[in-house]
Amino acid sequence: MTVLFGVFLLTLLVITAIAIVRTRNLFVAVMLSGIFSLLIAAIFFLLDAADVALTEAAIGAGISTVLFLSALALIGEHEQTPSANRLVALLVVVTTMVAILYATLDKPRLGDPSAPVQRHVGPWYLEKTPEYMDIPNSVTAVLGSFRGYDTLGEVFVVLTAGIGVLFLLGKAAPPGYYKKTHAADAGGLRHYQIPRMVGRLLIPFILLFGFYVQFHGEYGPGGGFQAGAIIAAAIILYALLEGEQRALTALPRGFLLGLIAAGALLYGLVGLIGLVSGGNFLDYSLLSDDPVKGQQLGIILIEAGVGITVTGVLLSIFHAFAARGKS
Amino acid sequence: MELFGLYHYWVFAVLLMIGFYAVVAKLNLIKKLLGLSLFQAAVFLLYITMGKVEGGTAPIFQAGVVDQLYSNPLPQVLILTAIVVGISTTALGLGIVIRIKEEYGTIEEQKIQEIDQL
Repeated sequence: MTVLFGVFLLTLLVITAIAIVRTRNLFVAVMLSGIFSLLIAAIFFLLDAADVALTEAAIGAGISTVLFLSALALIGEHEQTPSANRLVALLVVVTTMVAILYATLDKPRLGDPSAPVQRHVGPWYLEKTPEYMDIPNSVTAVLGSFRGYDTLGEVFVVLTAGIGVLFLLGKAAPPGYYKKTHAADAGGLRHYQIPRMVGRLLIPFILLFGFYVQFHGEYGPGGGFQAGAIIAAAIILYALLEGEQRALTALPRGFLLGLIAAGALLYGLVGLIGLVSGGNFLDYSLLSDDPVKGQQLGIILIEAGVGITVTGVLLSIFHAFAARGKS
Repeated sequence: MELFGLYHYWVFAVLLMIGFYAVVAKLNLIKKLLGLSLFQAAVFLLYITMGKVEGGTAPIFQAGVVDQLYSNPLPQVLILTAIVVGISTTALGLGIVIRIKEEYGTIEEQKIQEIDQL
């Protein structure tokens, strides 16, 4: 039954993808890509990836849609020119697809326990998580400790992308560019009572859920990346409902910039403590007398760092986009 | 059920190529970025599919449960971070598109090239 449900969702996924590419209205395409994200999140959940499903739902369906829509507000929603060199592109795409499909015939079947990918380091991580960290969620253990270097790198990529967006959009738009098409609208949806009331009810719970996901990441699906996205989504919702200015009063730009740097620094510093105490970089065992306690403390600290940076970057990017049309 | 054993991989191939088609054939820059996200999502699907173990569950231990099979946590970790990095790079792309629109007045590739050649 689960298999059939998966097949159904996957088929819907392909249909949605084709619709995204075919539609000439960019607004429709962005909305469809939100649906695409929710569908793929459901598929991830069916494939036992609860953490990934949570991330995809928060980021793909929530934040990505908002960012694309804020960009469309500045750009316009109509695709003007049709595709170019359709036949050549189709030929290349179909040839590559046939080659990949042919290659998949050699892949192990879905869920095959003897597949090479299941026999390498995966089982080792599962076996050692209770021994080294003694936390239930092995995804968090691998993310925070076993592969802490990777995650540090990812945090710095997020940081760099955030700085890049701020550089690109920090410079003022050409004078008079947006005056004709976009009236400054600082009020958000304040005049629409229903979304505003529903939003007011929801925002505290979304925030609470964000913090739960942050601090419960060792025990259930969750962690810094997901929590950062959920908290950012709550504040973006506040900005959409009450006006961007109100959101900026609550969390000023400078504070967000501080968050971005603070999170990455916290992560790096926890790594350095290991180094200074005579161990390896990002070795949390030395944070406490008991190595297992040290690992747990290290994971909580770096997850906090990840959450802080992700929240800061996503909110800064949103404000950079939203402020653009009003300059 | 054996029939559907490779279905996830086939969908991966199709999604990958739909995204690729949008990147090479569409002239609108936003469409290209959406195509890139589809391409990315296809890769995510490939990784998560590989980590699934038959009869397994999400790799979160429960007290008192023994002999439970778990799916592979490693591909999940890689994709979890990749999703967040993906949105950051997409935002960077959108920032560039907005700047292009402001400088050129259009985000259609052909028109941008025409303006460049003047």
